[in-house]
Amino acid sequence: MSWMEQSDSHSCVLLRLGERRFAVAADQVAELAAPSRIFRFAQRTPEIDGVILRRGRVVPVCDVAEKLTGKKLGRRRFYLIATRRQGEAFDWIALPVSGDCELIRAELTPAGPSDSAHVAAWLSHDGEVIEVLNLGALMPAAGTGQFPVSSGQTPEAHA
Amino acid sequence: MRIAAAHKTKPVGTEQIILFRASNQVFAISSASVQEVRSVDSLAGAAVEISEAGLGKVRHAIRRGERNLYVVNAALHFGLRASPAALIFLLRKSRVALLIDGIEKMTTMTQLQALPGAFCHEERTWYRGLTVLDQNVIPVVNPGGFLTPEEISQLDGVTRAQSGPEAAGIAGAEANL
Repeated sequence: MSWMEQSDSHSCVLLRLGERRFAVAADQVAELAAPSRIFRFAQRTPEIDGVILRRGRVVPVCDVAEKLTGKKLGRRRFYLIATRRQGEAFDWIALPVSGDCELIRAELTPAGPSDSAHVAAWLSHDGEVIEVLNLGALMPAAGTGQFPVSSGQTPEAHA
Repeated sequence: MRIAAAHKTKPVGTEQIILFRASNQVFAISSASVQEVRSVDSLAGAAVEISEAGLGKVRHAIRRGERNLYVVNAALHFGLRASPAALIFLLRKSRVALLIDGIEKMTTMTQLQALPGAFCHEERTWYRGLTVLDQNVIPVVNPGGFLTPEEISQLDGVTRAQSGPEAAGIAGAEANL
């Protein structure tokens, strides 16, 4: 049974990306964090801006604003740290948001076949119809990492 | 909110690593995978120029024993701007030599975090994972990720065509990778 089928109303976190608001299921949200230093290194996943360090964990920063609104986010006010299931594990991602987030309870309307894959459901709040995001469809995903074990040898140095 | 997340961090005991620069970015490599560190100048006479259109990151081969080592420009491999390289890592049990700008320092890492699943392109081959040193996130390179066996075969073909059969890698040598 999915989180949408468990009850009539659901806890969701509303987030703002520029002029628009979106929602994420509250049980997929770990925390809201102030912007912190972004570490960037060579990589080829365009959706990822870099990584932040959060409680000792490396969390990729995924700016989804352009994909969802057509505009890059001008100002990052917070990072919404969200989780998504990846097989047996949870993957953490940081979504930059441009305004305050709000925890609400709302009744959800399941997404229809014509909706985009990133729409898990719809909710109505304050006269606005808001997309509930399917983070798994919104962001790329790969399998779990591998850790080759080192041989313990040391290099020879030459001038 | 507590999340029962699988924190994909592998304690590695203490693994000695070399921090090196390529195009002003810092990477880490296990010192165990580096057999020799040579200056570019010291290999100038031993390197043979090669040209393979599809592998711009490899411009030279170094004859070692009965086979060629292929010099991979680290900056180009990682899609960075080419920069003046000063050192070459000869990788252990590998047919790859890595052209780098310089060494930052040698240090130890105690933990290696898996590359988060959101990274889903070539970087998954490039890196063993990420480590945190002095509150900096450093990618730890995968020494086996610079050239595939197919690319090595392709380069062997090029060197064979350029210099005759004696200059190419011995048959099946890439199986030692």
